[in-house]
Order: sequence, then structure tokens, then C-alpha cells
Amino acid sequence: MSRLESHILHETVQRQKPGLSSGIKTYFLRHAQVFFYSLGQLWRTPFAMLMTAAVIGIALALPTGLHVLLKNAQALSGGWDGVAKLSVFLKTSVSDGQAKQLRNRISQLPQVAEVDYISRAQALAEFKRQSGFGDALAALDDNPLPAVLVITPKLQHTDAASIQALADQLKQDKAVEFTQLDRQWLQRLYGIMDIVGRGVIILGAALALAVILVVGNTIRLAIQNRREEIVVVKLIGGTNAFIRRPFLYTGFWYGLFGGIIALVLVELALWLINGPVENLAGLYASGFALHKLDAGTITTLLTLSISLGLGGSWLAVGRHLREIEPR
Amino acid sequence: MITFIQASKRYPGGHDALLNVSFELQQGEMAFLTGHSGAGKSTLLKLIALIERTSRGQVLVNGENTSKVKRRRIPYFRRNIGIIFQDHQLLFDRTVYDNVALPLVIAGYPGSEIGRRVRAALDKVGLLNKEKSYPITLSGGEQQRVGIARAVVNKPSLLLADEPTGNLDPELSWEIMQTFEQFRQVGVTVLVASHDLDLINRMGHRILRLKNGQLVGDTSA
Repeated sequence: MSRLESHILHETVQRQKPGLSSGIKTYFLRHAQVFFYSLGQLWRTPFAMLMTAAVIGIALALPTGLHVLLKNAQALSGGWDGVAKLSVFLKTSVSDGQAKQLRNRISQLPQVAEVDYISRAQALAEFKRQSGFGDALAALDDNPLPAVLVITPKLQHTDAASIQALADQLKQDKAVEFTQLDRQWLQRLYGIMDIVGRGVIILGAALALAVILVVGNTIRLAIQNRREEIVVVKLIGGTNAFIRRPFLYTGFWYGLFGGIIALVLVELALWLINGPVENLAGLYASGFALHKLDAGTITTLLTLSISLGLGGSWLAVGRHLREIEPR
Repeated sequence: MITFIQASKRYPGGHDALLNVSFELQQGEMAFLTGHSGAGKSTLLKLIALIERTSRGQVLVNGENTSKVKRRRIPYFRRNIGIIFQDHQLLFDRTVYDNVALPLVIAGYPGSEIGRRVRAALDKVGLLNKEKSYPITLSGGEQQRVGIARAVVNKPSLLLADEPTGNLDPELSWEIMQTFEQFRQVGVTVLVASHDLDLINRMGHRILRLKNGQLVGDTSA
């Protein structure tokens, strides 16, 4: 018997447990090892891994892409929010002088920033220029267009209620025919975008569930493939946490790779539509540029996809590890 | 070390695999468990390793009543027991070294300690030169010795072996038994289930004989 052997044999009865501080260090080391071991296991079958990750990526790319488009629509329409103006149409019987007096009165109001006066003649000239019906108008005896006071409220009074109150107040004046809020169509647009936003959330929730099921099913198959190994590990004293760990990390990797694929797909889609959007913005002489994925969205997407991967594997592991016991 | 007090195991369906078995095994004692297949040898070992629970009676291992061990504690309970199987239960996608290291990895030993202990255990069973091989490339006897190395690497105070020589020729079987004998000499309690009467008679240790789930013989050497 060699010296080493006898040393080991004599130690047999007085067994030692690993110390606490080295135990903690070892614990984190083991976690890191399993972390990369599970990645290595996945890379051994790259095709199968990429298939699953791609399914996750596509499922996540859809709501993410819609979310980005919606944010763009909001950014675009947000620029129109400040231009909410109140048009006050005057009766045709009101003279130029009376209209100017009214303008001065209105501009004294505390909630009003600016009042533009468009006289009947100016309105006609503008209409001729912009509509292309100038000749038809020339055939009329009378100018059919009313004079307009275009009121720009102060910034803190641009909300719908304040403007409505202002409109109601001005309607009392006998010179005023009617008022029109230039904002209604914008409110309708916001309403539609709210619905679309809700739809994106619902779609996202459904697809998140799909991701959990995809990961869960993949992990379930992995557990079944390694059934014998799990039995052996349980027989020699492996805790459930020890057995669970590689599967949870596998779920983590699926989530991460799925999230990255989703990012790439969304970026690709944005890049593809960027050209036409720039064209269209050019036609409107607008400086609008497509908002790309920002850091916040990227972080949220990756956090979410990793959580879904972990969640799916957690469910599968919780359900199936208990069933596997040595017989 | 092991105490059976009127222990019985009834499987669902009413089959009594063990019936009122009582015996005691001292620390550092070696004993053989024999009987025909179906006599209850495996069931008895399973009760000790908590793979099965007793239906009636008590089984005490190292002073601990196994029926009081909570499900969550079973892994820690098993780390004190080295188990050797007839079919080795090795992991074929890992090297001999990794197979033997598994109990230490599970118990959270630091890397340097693992290397030292694995090599010592492989040296003990004469397989130090095979540490990088895969189990599939080894002979049946060598695979069984890897199984033994894995069972003892954690230095358990109790070794259980279920038909460890079932598939081996007499000479290899004798060598395996001599390995167990060496562990007994340093204070490990060893319980071996075997139906190879020639072999266990030659070993000259205590023999527990089971028949239809009952202990029908307890002969000390």
C-alpha cells in the first residue's frame, strides 16, 4: 500500500467537511462552471439550439417591433400637440374694424398667447392660392369666406378642457359665428394609438406565454434525455438544486439568444423601412427620422427574454424533476 | 452502524418484500447479504439508502432513524453512504475522472481537493492510468472498479454493494472483494448483497440469509 493510499484510508473514518469561506467561494465557482458548462452543452448541438432560439426571437420580435413603431408614431404626433389652435369664425356682417377690436380684446385674455387675424380678403387670397379653385371663386359676386381669428393658447392652457372653456367663452360674443377646435382629429388619433398600444401589450403577453411554453418544452425534453444521469446524481447525494442548476442556466441561454435574435430582427426591419420613411418625410419637408431601438428598450427586451427563458425552464424543472427518483 | 428493528417493506399491491427483519451491524463490520433473487436483498439495501421507506418497524443508520429523515435532507443523508451497483450506473458521456469526481462536485469540494481525492481513489482501485478514458472503453471489471472508486471517493462511513460481482469472473470478483476488505480494515462498515455463496464463504465474514423477505440465517464467521 502506497503512502498516499494509506493516508486516504486512514482519513476515511474521520471525514472532513469543506470550510465555510472556501465553501462560499466554491459555491460561486461551481455556479460559474455550470453556467458555462450549460452553454457548452448547447453549442454541441448548435442547429437545434438556434432553432429554439429563433422561435423565441421571432415571437419576441413581433411585439418589440410594433412597440417601436408605436413609439415612432407617438413621437411624430407628439410634435403636433403644441399646435393645437382654436379657430374663431366671425359672422360675415362683422367689419374689419370690429374684428380687429375683438382681436385686441381676446389677446388680453390671460390664457391666450397669440391671436392671428385673417381678414375675409386674406382668406380668399389664400384659398385661391392653395385650392386651385381661384377661377371658380372669381365667378362669384361675393366673397363667401368668413374672417377668422386663429388663437394660440399659452402652453399651460393647451389641454382639451381649457381650450373648450375658451371656446365656450368666445361663443358668447355676438360677432362670433362658430368656433372650431383644431385638435379633435389629434384626439382621435391618440385614441386609436391607445387601442393599438393595448393591442401590442395583449399580443406581447400571448407571445411571452408562447416563449415560456417553448422553453419549458425544450427543457422537458432535455430532462427526459438525461433521466439516467439525474437518477445517478440523486443516488450519490445530489440535491434538487444541484440537478436543477444546469437546466435553469440552459433556459437562461435560450432566453438570451432568443432576445438577441429578436433585437437583430427588429433592427433589420427598421433598417429596411428607414429608406421609404426618409423619402416620405422628405416629401412632407419634415425632419422626421425613424427612432431606432434605444438602450432602455434593448435592456427591457433582454431582461424580459432572459426572465421568460428562466421562467419556462423553472416550470419544466419543477414539474419533471420530482418524478425522477431512483428505483 | 446499521440497526433493523422489526423492519418490513410492503409494496403497493400487498407484496411483502421484507417482513420483520431485525439485525445490527457494528461500525467497521463487514457482512454479506444472501438469498435467491426476490428474497429481498435489494429492498433491504434500498431501505438503508432511503431509496425506499420502511412500511413498519425501524431502520437506524449511524444512529439516525431513516423514517425521520425529511425528503429534503435525503441527499445529505446519502452522502454518508457509498453505493455500488451491479450495473455500475456510470455516466458514459464523461471520463472516468469526471465520474469519480461527481460526488465531490455535488458536495461542493474545492477543485484542488477534488483532484487529490479522485486520484487517490482511482489509485486505490488500480485505475489511475485510465482517468482520461471513457467508461465505454473499459472492461466490465474495470467499470465496476470505477463504480467503487466513485463510492469511496467521498470517504463514506458505510459502503453498500448490490451484486457488485454479478457480471465478473471469479478472479475479478475475488479482487473486488479484497478491495472491500481493505476498506473494512480502516473502519468502514461494508454490506454486500451477493448470491455467490462460494465467494462469500471464502471471505469468512458474517452472512445474513434472506428468504421470502424474512431473515432466516445470521451466521458470524
